[in-house]
Amino acid sequence: MKVPILKQGNYLIASVQSSLNDNELLQLRNDLVERISTVRAKGVIIDVTVLDVMDSFATRILQDIAQMIRLRGAPTVLVGIQPDVAFAMVQLGLNLGALKTALDLEEGLALLDKDIKEKEVN
Amino acid sequence: MAKKNEQSEENTPDLKEEKYPVIPGPPDESTSTLLKELVKHLRQKRSGLRQEWAERIQKAEFLTAMTEKEILAEATSIYDNYVEALETGTYEALRAYARDLSERIIPRGVETHEVVGIVLLLRDVLARSLFSKYRDDFSKLNRILDAYEPAANRIANTVAVGFVQERERVIRKQQESIRELSTPVLQVRERLLILPIIGSMDAQRAKQLTEQLLQAIRRNRAKVVVIDITGVAAMDGKVANHLLVKTVDASSLLGANVIVTGLSAEIAQTLVTTGVDLAKIITVGDLQGGIEEAERKLGYRVQKMDQNQQQNIIN
Repeated sequence: MKVPILKQGNYLIASVQSSLNDNELLQLRNDLVERISTVRAKGVIIDVTVLDVMDSFATRILQDIAQMIRLRGAPTVLVGIQPDVAFAMVQLGLNLGALKTALDLEEGLALLDKDIKEKEVN
Repeated sequence: MAKKNEQSEENTPDLKEEKYPVIPGPPDESTSTLLKELVKHLRQKRSGLRQEWAERIQKAEFLTAMTEKEILAEATSIYDNYVEALETGTYEALRAYARDLSERIIPRGVETHEVVGIVLLLRDVLARSLFSKYRDDFSKLNRILDAYEPAANRIANTVAVGFVQERERVIRKQQESIRELSTPVLQVRERLLILPIIGSMDAQRAKQLTEQLLQAIRRNRAKVVVIDITGVAAMDGKVANHLLVKTVDASSLLGANVIVTGLSAEIAQTLVTTGVDLAKIITVGDLQGGIEEAERKLGYRVQKMDQNQQQNIIN
């Protein structure tokens, strides 16, 4: 199932609706990188609340997405990681590198707001 | 007593030699008739044997937690259950009684060796009485013992297993309640949780703690967590790695910062010498400092009121 990408103000929100296979993840990556410039978004949020598994491939693709979007001028925040998933990820030694995380959508939006404000101040 | 002892020792070689020729095949019927005879004998001598048994329990200094009267009362019921198990060949009633007895005596500090000891004493007392009854007829004694020994051993086994099972059940129950009690996650301000850890840490508890903390972060939408380990005396490198590094990582995936407070000198040394990756851990000396740091992170500023304001509140 394709991941819907919604525009909310200055941000893009990719809301994952069901578990994703590898192709769907790559599709998400391509869509996001494409959309970011057409809508001139200032930040991206990927909501993974529904995912109950996060494997190494998914972790790598998410990191790639964050890197690509950063190169196109916007920060990315991953929101809604389940406690069990977080625990499993650390147990497996997976880490998201520089990708920022937040508890839920609301927190993610607040984090982006803060980031952008800081950028403007500088 | 000494006389009987000699006799039984004298008998032993004879018994061994005679064992095979005297008992041909498995004489089921005769075993049950022998057991019947045995039970009749034990019923007749009930009070004498019971008394002797109770005396030997006291001499061996078993069940010191109980009074003489209690010992005799329990001895009577065990004796009756024992004879009944011999008679019927079923151990259900005995097993239930053993469980019930264990439930009563475990809280009084009766040890496993005492329970096994008293059952073995009873077996010996009864065996001695059989020796003295059939002293003139070795082959009969031999057959009687053949019937008696397996049953007696099974009884001893049943009682011991019942006791140990009950004990294990009690221990398991206590462990569970300790686990539940030992990991409170407390909210002290909006979005600020405290996790005080007290007692010894093992890998199992560390894992459980992490899981509970992650659930609590989500439930309370926490932004900062203070883990206070003042109450943990020592911790090995593996547990420290799990508790500190992994918990911090997992919490940050949920968007929460972790501050660790109250590291003891020993733990600090363990962490450094075992090479735990400390780069991501924020540590503060004590709980107070940790809470102050957390409040700063959350944007709180705690201020002492001036005299007038204080007066207003008191009035």
